[in-house]
Amino acid sequence: MTKVVYQGCSYERLDDESVLRCLLRNGIRAPYSCESGACQACTMRAINGTPTTVSQEDLKETQKALGYFKACVCRPEDDLEVTLLDDAQKHKYQMEVVEKTWLNDEILRLRLACEESFDYRAGQFINIFKGDLIRSYSIASLPGQDAMLEFHIKRVPGGVVSHWLSDEVKLGDPLIVTGPMGECFYHEAEDVEGLLAVGTGSGLAPLWGVVRDALMQGYEKPIILCHGAMKAENLYYVNELRELEARYENFSYFPCVSTPDEAELLTDLSLGFPNDVAFTKQPSLAKWQVFLCGHPEMVNNTKRMAFLAGAALKNIHADPFVMALPT
Amino acid sequence: MSQSVYDRIGGEPAVNAAVDLFYRKVLADDRINRFFEGTDMDKQAAKQKAFLTMALGGPHNYTGADMRRGHAHLVERGLNDSHFDAVMEHLGATLKELGVADDLIGEAAVIAESTRNDVLGK
Repeated sequence: MTKVVYQGCSYERLDDESVLRCLLRNGIRAPYSCESGACQACTMRAINGTPTTVSQEDLKETQKALGYFKACVCRPEDDLEVTLLDDAQKHKYQMEVVEKTWLNDEILRLRLACEESFDYRAGQFINIFKGDLIRSYSIASLPGQDAMLEFHIKRVPGGVVSHWLSDEVKLGDPLIVTGPMGECFYHEAEDVEGLLAVGTGSGLAPLWGVVRDALMQGYEKPIILCHGAMKAENLYYVNELRELEARYENFSYFPCVSTPDEAELLTDLSLGFPNDVAFTKQPSLAKWQVFLCGHPEMVNNTKRMAFLAGAALKNIHADPFVMALPT
Repeated sequence: MSQSVYDRIGGEPAVNAAVDLFYRKVLADDRINRFFEGTDMDKQAAKQKAFLTMALGGPHNYTGADMRRGHAHLVERGLNDSHFDAVMEHLGATLKELGVADDLIGEAAVIAESTRNDVLGK
């Protein structure tokens, strides 16, 4: 008889009982709905042991990489230790502010050090707490490559947390952080022809991580990055990305400006919104992986356009920039 | 004992292959895509999968009442027979594209058709 382990307690799984049913029978309030492997409401995460192939069918490659599985159709042959997806958001890390650098007039680079080990994938996001206020920020750093965690904070007009981080928080101050969360990260997938990344403003943060992650892991198929802002002065990391482009033959970088000054018309910037530029560079996205981050309207429109241009839904990764509720 | 279309075409993997094709046709169709505006695409795709699974006679636990409740807000926005017909058209075209035999497509169409009154709140 195999066991399901949850929060340090072991529960014996009855013959042919699903992981979900086993937890429910033992009074654990796991979410579920269809109980036929379709709706994904009962998705949870294995932290020890291997979920069955059937229970991961139809999940995104990123979710599989994180150990996600559908508990209602999972009947594993060995013990399995699991966490509910909500649990990941509960552990609070204390991180120290070790660098604050303005990348342009409105975007601050914040670097944090964490004493505890903090496992993450480039492109995931975290929540930063200011008392009861919580804001999500994408991680721009690359584990193994960058010693510190890096975030790009846009100083939003009237934004309480972004102003606090920009103006009040000092080097050496502690920050309370939960995470990492999100599925916007590079992962090897079979049968993929290329990788398209589109971002606006500080939405470059996760893409800066994802693109470098793919390149460092030796990804050889084409990678296209389109980063957009209103004007050239709102872009950042242009030199760094140009250098990356010079170093890697398969990487193309298109900085885009949507409302250029006359002088900018003469530069080698692309004109227009980054998603429009992306579709002129790569009209068909069948078998492409797509990463989107930034302005919610741009993200939603591009997600739809990318899908209609042939990208499989499971290959479109967009960071949901929704505000977390205080817990 | 007769097997369901779902089992005969290969079960869940076959449905997974059908979901993107089907949903892409629906979203590209100007007759009906306004009903999908502002919806979360991943959640919507999961619903499309549940619908296809049901139409193919696979495992599901949706009831007529669920169908009514789930579409009531769309009926208020004008969802009618012509829109249902368009979806039926895409269902048939999707299965044809995947090489499903005509008689099996017919069986799926009968099941899907049986939800018409509930979906349209009649």
